[in-house]
Amino acid sequence: MAVTVRIPTPLQRLTNGQAEVQCTGRTVNELLSDLEKRYPGVKERLCDEQGKLRRFVNIFVNEEDIRFLQGDQTAVKDGDDVSIIPAIAGGGVGLLC
Amino acid sequence: MALTKDQIARYSRQLILPEVGVQGQERLLKSSILIIGAGGLGSPAALYLAAGGVGRIGIIDRETVAVSNLHRQILHATADVGRPKGESGRERLHALNPGINVVALQESLTADNALGVLGDYDVIVDGSDNFSTRYLVNDACVLLGKPLVHGGVVHLRGQVMSIRPGRSACFRCVFPEPPAAGAVPSCQEAGVLGAAAGVLGSLMAHEALKLLLEIGEPLVNRLLVFDGETSRFREVPVRRDPGCAVCGAAPTIRTLVREEGFMCESALTSDR
Repeated sequence: MAVTVRIPTPLQRLTNGQAEVQCTGRTVNELLSDLEKRYPGVKERLCDEQGKLRRFVNIFVNEEDIRFLQGDQTAVKDGDDVSIIPAIAGGGVGLLC
Repeated sequence: MALTKDQIARYSRQLILPEVGVQGQERLLKSSILIIGAGGLGSPAALYLAAGGVGRIGIIDRETVAVSNLHRQILHATADVGRPKGESGRERLHALNPGINVVALQESLTADNALGVLGDYDVIVDGSDNFSTRYLVNDACVLLGKPLVHGGVVHLRGQVMSIRPGRSACFRCVFPEPPAAGAVPSCQEAGVLGAAAGVLGSLMAHEALKLLLEIGEPLVNRLLVFDGETSRFREVPVRRDPGCAVCGAAPTIRTLVREEGFMCESALTSDR
């Protein structure tokens, strides 16, 4: 089951420069684990030590914020579009670099 | 306040817009905007807002102009290196449009002064370069009920969102908490393409003008994401969080407290 995950720029150096990658999983949580398997280091930038999504990062499944769905247990299916969007500050310095 | 002959000539190309007209222009001339940070976002925003005839523009920035700022901070010139950014910006805006009032504040925005400083303006444009200021500005705007335009840029990418406190999602509804110190293992200066900052800064000015003129559909409850690599815009719907710490049903933030010690703070301050 392949889901397209859009990777924010600062993390693209971990995904070999790819802005979009294909991952598999039934939930967002499984997707993140698969993402980590394929691109080690990604998950620790997105999640804290307890595995919870950091609060300055949002994940959208088909343009809906997962915080308003079932969080990281939100179901995903083939063809879904998942975006990872971190907060960005202005003027030239970003986060999650 | 009737428009003068000079003003009619200067603003003629926007006066003829049905969305602006004489009434709209008079409204802009009576309005005020505070620009936080005279940097990569604040520069283009300030230039367009001044050119468009926003009557009073405040610029708050405690830094001085560095030569490494110039590729994106188009408010400043090479001869301004070493000068306070607010001063340099004020001079540039005055040269562009002597008919408006520009105030330069060479200070930091803090939990102590934020409500007083922001309270004096109609709309806030946040082009600050660090997360502590970002959350401080968001919280202050919510407490004051002040419209805010948020924008960020990094690499070739950025985001913009307008906030009408109490009526639309605030920055904290979307990103509840700033990054904590050491939250992310590695951090380095990211760099930015100057023109990408220009895209986002111009959009911020555009949004601020719409908010002042009360025209069109502001970017509320919508986070506009610009991917400069593909030059694609994408919009993600955002919504108010009933559990938001500052604008939710039972807010825990009722006064301003500057949240210190964010990751990247040292990297942030080194880019001067």
